[in-house]
This record gives sequence, C-alpha cells and structure tokens, in this order.
Amino acid sequence: MVKKLQNLYIYLVLVFLYAPILVLAVYSFNASKSNRVWGGFSLKWYVALFSDREIMSALYYTLMCAIAATVVSTIIGTISAIGMHALNDFPRIKAFALNINYLPVINPDIVTGISLMLVFSFASARMGFVTMLISHITFCVPYVVLSVLPKLNQMDKHLIEAAMDLGASPMFALRKIVLPEIYSGIVTGALLAFTLSIDDFVISFFNTGSGVSNLSIFIYSAARRGISPEVNALSTLMVLCVSILLVVANLRSGKEIASK
Amino acid sequence: MLVASPLASCTKGGGGGNSDKPVLYVYNWGTFIDKSVNTIFEEEFGCTVMYETYDSNEAMYQKVKGSTSNYDVVFPSDYMVEKMVKEGMLAQIDKTKIPNFANIQTRLKGMDYDPTNTYSIPYFWGTVGILYNTTMVEEPVDSWEILWNEDYKGQIIMYDSQRDSLAVALKALGYSANTRSLEELKEAEEKLIAQKPLVMAYYTDIIVDMMIGEEAALSVVYSGDAIMAMEENEDLAYAVPMEGSNVWFDNVAILSTSKNKELAEEYINFLCRDDISMLNTEEVMYSTANKNVAEELQESDWAGNDTYFVPDNVLARCEVFLDLGEFVQEYANAWLRVKGQ
Repeated sequence: MVKKLQNLYIYLVLVFLYAPILVLAVYSFNASKSNRVWGGFSLKWYVALFSDREIMSALYYTLMCAIAATVVSTIIGTISAIGMHALNDFPRIKAFALNINYLPVINPDIVTGISLMLVFSFASARMGFVTMLISHITFCVPYVVLSVLPKLNQMDKHLIEAAMDLGASPMFALRKIVLPEIYSGIVTGALLAFTLSIDDFVISFFNTGSGVSNLSIFIYSAARRGISPEVNALSTLMVLCVSILLVVANLRSGKEIASK
Repeated sequence: MLVASPLASCTKGGGGGNSDKPVLYVYNWGTFIDKSVNTIFEEEFGCTVMYETYDSNEAMYQKVKGSTSNYDVVFPSDYMVEKMVKEGMLAQIDKTKIPNFANIQTRLKGMDYDPTNTYSIPYFWGTVGILYNTTMVEEPVDSWEILWNEDYKGQIIMYDSQRDSLAVALKALGYSANTRSLEELKEAEEKLIAQKPLVMAYYTDIIVDMMIGEEAALSVVYSGDAIMAMEENEDLAYAVPMEGSNVWFDNVAILSTSKNKELAEEYINFLCRDDISMLNTEEVMYSTANKNVAEELQESDWAGNDTYFVPDNVLARCEVFLDLGEFVQEYANAWLRVKGQ
C-alpha cells in the first residue's frame, strides 16, 4: 500500500512537470491557430518557423548570448570562487565577499535590469548585443561561484600543499589537482548559467537594443495577442534537442560506470 | 540544424555598422506587422531595418526614456503619444514627406491626444466592448449593465488593466473615462467591487482563447481580439454598449532622438501605402486606419462586420484615453483596492 502510494506520488509529480510540455508539443501540430481548439494535424508551423526572420534572429541571439555568457561567467566565477576559498584565513573578509556575491542573487531581476540599464546609459554605451551579453554575465557569475565553492570546501586542503611539496608550481597544482577536484561544480555552474541566460526576459529586455532581441523578449511581446504556434514548434524542437543530449550523456556516463 | 539557417540572415543584423547601408531602428508591439514588410522596405530603400518588439506602452516608454537606445520609429498608443509629446520625446513629422497621409481615414485624424497629427499617425485602431457567446447569453447585449447581471455569475471575464476596467465602470455610470473627479472615480471603484462576486477572473491575453473555448459567457475585450475570436468560433458576437466606450489608437511616431529622421519618414509613408497597409491588416486583423484598404475590405467576406468597420455612430459615442498626468496614481490606487478586496 505504502509502496503504491509512493509510486502514485512520483507519477503525479512527473505528470505536473511534463504535461505542460506535452500539451505544448501536441498543439505545435495543430492546424488551427488556437491553443485550445484542435483543428487537425499539420506541419505548417514548423515550415513557417524556419522562414520567420524575427524568430530565427531571436533564436540566434539567444544561443550566441547563452554560450558566450556561459563561457565567460564560468571562467570568472571559478576564478572568483578559488580566490574566495583562499580567504579562509580571513573569515570576515570572506563573509563580506560571500554576501556581496549573494546580493545579485536575491535582488529582483527588475532591479538588476534597470540598474544595469542606467549604468550603460551613464557610460553612453550603445545598447545592443554587447550590453545584453555583459548583463547576462553579470547575473550568471554569482551562481557559478555558489556552485564551485562547496566543491572547494569539500577538497582536502592539504592536497595542494602536498602537490607543491612534491615540486608542482602553483599553476601546475591548480590545473592538475584543484580543477579536477572541483570539475563537477564547474559543470553544474556552467549548466546553471546557460539555463539562466536562455530563460531571462526582464534583464535582457532593458539591456538590449539595435534590433537585438532574444526568444524571451519575442515570446513575451507576442503573448499579448496569443502566442503563435510557431513558438510551440520551436519549443518542441528545443525540448527534443535537450532530451537527445540528456539521453546521450546518460548512456555515456552509464558506460563509464559499467567499465569501472 | 537550428543554428545554421539564421546565420546567413543575421550576419548583417549582428554588427549594424559593418556596411554603408543606412540603418533604421524600429520598435513595435509584438505581432503587429506582416513578416515580409520590413524585407520589402529594405529592398526598396536600400537600407537595413533593425526590428525589436515590446508588450506594453509603459515598457516601451521606460526603455526609450531610460536607456541610450537608438530607436527611430516607435508605436505609442493614444495617451502615450500625449505623454511623450509633453516630455519632448517625439519629433514633429514633416507631412510633406508623407504624401500617403492622404490615405488615412479623415474621421480618424486630429484625435484629442494629437489634434493636428503633428507627432503621430494612426496605424491600427479599434474599440473596447463586450465579447459574448450567443448560445449562453440570450438577451440583447447593448449595455455595460449586463456585466452586473446576477444571471451570469461566474461567467464574466474582466480585463486586467486599471484604465480599461475602470473605464467600463465609469462609462456604465455615465462618466468620462478620463475623469479627474475623485467622487466619480470612487463610485466606479465601488461599482467594480460590487461586481467582483460575479466575475470569474481578471485576465488579459488569454481571454480570447477562453472565449473560443466557451469557458465564459461574457468578457471585456479589444475589438481586434474580438475579430480574431469570432473567426474561430461562430457563436461569438461583439457589441459596443450604448453608454459609450473607449476607442484606442496605436500610432506610428518618430523619436526626437532619431538620427535618421528622413528614412523614418519614408518608413511611415511606406506603412501608409495601400499595398503595405493591406499586408499588415490581413496579418494583424485590427481595424486599419487606411481608407482605401477599408473600402477594399468592405467588398471582401468581412463586409458588414461592424466590429471591424466601426460605424460612425459607434465611434461618436466612444472617447480616447488621455494622459492623466499625476492623477493616474488615483486610478492605480482605486484599481489596487478593487483587486485587493
């Protein structure tokens, strides 16, 4: 009985998580424009999607921005985390640094978005892809720091000392000892940064310009009049790509475990 | 696969400054233009159009006002035109550069928010009214009072926006939707609070889908959205109540900070051209401001559609929203109290 209830609970959670995605995917094949009335099977939204210049350009900027923001914020975040970890002998400075890192995380997006816009405006920066990228890096870095720090704390602090005793230069110890130890934290941080960047609407809206728009901005402004099923089609394709990636990744890690 | 195709079309979009072609920055509402129109303009005028979208007048205003963005052409609604003119954000349009201004319906020119059309030219427009399902509502719908009828308890959807909802109550009471009288506003607030037990929900963009899906009997909508809903579900009908309503205009205007005013004027003239207006009208399905397009559509299967072709007597009993200045805070407070009850 308890076992059955447990299973039911799991299935309920899964249904709530995936039913919306499933509905979205089903309606991407709808011949009618509505998201509520079924008008027969059609692939026309997929055809329309690839000839829609606005969506394609938004997709391009979304991916470019997400990739670039992930790379840069992962590097900055990892280096910052290592630096903050090295402050262990100065707990008050470390606490101060940590709190500064928390601030952007707890700050509402709209505040971050508008303040960044004012900064760019103050610096007379030309709004566009670069300003959007900088703002994305800004809000991604703290999350990378927060994912890497616990890994550094778990690491045996004598490992680095041992490596250097055995003749490793600090750089060599960083590359061969520290990075492999915190590798999983870096990957988590990078994935987090990537999803945050793809998701973001508010900060992007206020910090872009010059015709650069991402998918969130496009979808949000289109929502006023009901979202075109082209967006369903695009989302379905994106979910499909991510699922394939996940399956491949799982298969590979499954093999690795098996070979060990 | 996903990344390869946009690359080709976006290389010119990326840099902006990497070619000698002039660039026009356009900031429009989402889904408010035919997809081919910007490409046609680029080909005809040898320029590049950088196109971005927004979802509300306030968001656009904030963005244009606060940032160093370089937009040339924007599409503010009536009251926003007035506000932006007051703050010196819009440039005067040289009418001699817009010969196609003659294509705009005379009855839509010189509205109160810009009496000489010096700063703005109507693009799309429409009314606010009641969209209802004829199978659920048997009596004639000609008054706002039907939204206070106990028979439809739980089947009414109101529009979730302070000015639109308060306008419904103000009009039902026979007052102006731009009133600056605290007493009148208070009465409207109380009327909306009295209506709350009957209201199913306050929504915006999903109303149309819900009405198509027959989940409610009555709702307050914009005429453009009503047309879209009526195309999908034949049982739906639209009425502008006899007490009067709001008529709204989305206009095209040039920002005073525009660095390419001549090209911006060409763009506005281009949007007023009959063939381009037709393309946009067929895509957006809001009432067009272009008289030739409206005449041509009168001969299509839309003929006699009073929702689309707003009759003169309906237009006469509607008023535009004006910028309320500081008084808008009173509206915001009243609306907050309604929603918070």
